[in-house]
Amino acid sequence: MLTIDQLTNEIDGKAILKGLSLQINAGEIHAIMGPNGAGKSTLAYTLGGRPGYEVTGGTATFDGADLFDLDPHERAAAGLFLGFQYPVEIPGVSNLQFLRESLNSQKRARGEKELNGGEFIRLAKEKAALLGLDMDMLKRPVNVGFSGGEKKRAEMVQMGILDPKLAILDETDSGLDIDALKIVGAGINAIMRKPEKAVLLITHYQRLLDYVKPDYVHVLAGGRIVKSGGPELALELEREGYSDVVGAEVVG
Amino acid sequence: MDEFEPQGIENKAMNMLDLPTRRDESWRYSDLSALQSVWPLPAPVRIDVAAGEAAHHHLLQDAADGATAVHDYVVTVADGARCDFHVLNIGGQLGRVTIDVTLGRGSHFELGGAILGSGDQTLEIVTSVTHAQPDATSGQTIRSILSERATGSYLGRIAVARDAQRTDAFQSVKAMLLDRTATANAKPELEIYADDVKCAHGATVGELDKAALFYMASRGMDPATAKTLLLRSFVAGVFDSVADEAVKDRLEAAAIAKLEAMV
Repeated sequence: MLTIDQLTNEIDGKAILKGLSLQINAGEIHAIMGPNGAGKSTLAYTLGGRPGYEVTGGTATFDGADLFDLDPHERAAAGLFLGFQYPVEIPGVSNLQFLRESLNSQKRARGEKELNGGEFIRLAKEKAALLGLDMDMLKRPVNVGFSGGEKKRAEMVQMGILDPKLAILDETDSGLDIDALKIVGAGINAIMRKPEKAVLLITHYQRLLDYVKPDYVHVLAGGRIVKSGGPELALELEREGYSDVVGAEVVG
Repeated sequence: MDEFEPQGIENKAMNMLDLPTRRDESWRYSDLSALQSVWPLPAPVRIDVAAGEAAHHHLLQDAADGATAVHDYVVTVADGARCDFHVLNIGGQLGRVTIDVTLGRGSHFELGGAILGSGDQTLEIVTSVTHAQPDATSGQTIRSILSERATGSYLGRIAVARDAQRTDAFQSVKAMLLDRTATANAKPELEIYADDVKCAHGATVGELDKAALFYMASRGMDPATAKTLLLRSFVAGVFDSVADEAVKDRLEAAAIAKLEAMV
């Protein structure tokens, strides 16, 4: 589904990713872990197409298309969802308006029929219930006045409504207490654990992986994947730390 | 009123046959060559709200491309009365709306104004609100969105007479520039002779939030839809207090049509 080959990039002239390669197939859940400053969020933003994250080399192919040929909104319409570590507040725009415009923009781009108001509300209700989010929350402006946990749950409601093929979730577990973590984990499983979908979880900690079991775990350090393994690798990292597992010189 | 002579903007300019110059404060940012075609201006429209009454007025200034449209109002709000005024200023080469208000005891004046300018338009809202008597309140909310080489100006003078204690006035002015070549002017001017007075004013000039635009794009919204949605939310609120739903719909529809043409 997603093939990244020798990806390099720069932000403000500074190289962050230095030849990153990764293959994600349909039906798989991958976790990327790594120390601070390794380039984890940079990888997420670069795949999402955030302005300023300049690709300087390598390729990324998403469902047969050159990902870097697509504008950010076209990537979303092609089935890519980016979960933000810090979801953005948009005063004056309600969640419902935001999501309906987003979903219908995607549908227009794919040549599908747009949802009318009633159809959209039914869909939103169903997905909000899945994450235990009140419909009243969705009437409020996007992320404005939401707690950290509410923002992350709202992100998962967005994912449920937009129904992507591939979700790249950047530290979706940060700022969550243990109850919220369970709800968000269950939401990710319900929405994304399907044979035709895939997930890339970016996280600091093992604890999210207790709820969303990865098929593969990778260690990102110094702008590259330096080690890959199964779920046991995450436990090993948790127990022994990045320096001991991949070497202090790699972690930097 | 005895010791205090309100100096409305029209009083200065109206009776003169000579074109104003940029030295005249209220014309400082105007398009004087566009003004020539309509000079001298006709007498202002008078609105007198009788004691205890409530009046609603609105102006949709959507003159044709290249036209000059100047609308002058002189408003008196008698004791205990209220006047709500809504202005959407979007048309013409020069679109200028002036409102000169005198407030009686315990009265209220509320202005909601939006300026949406593109191309080489010069669009202005110029107000002079005189709190002539005690206990009057006034509120002015102005939102401007300007693209290309457009100029949008709000000049708002508030005068508080010596006896006008417990005056409470606010001006909230926000402008959004879509291009670096566009210009926004915001000039609150306070002239206060009473001592128990609250006059709040704030002015900001900003650009579209890039983080919000990327967030919207990452959810699949095309750039034009995302920008229009952000700009709609920026001017939303200005017309919330329009009492007549049909008028409100007309103002909002005209604003959205202009915004969609601008992004």
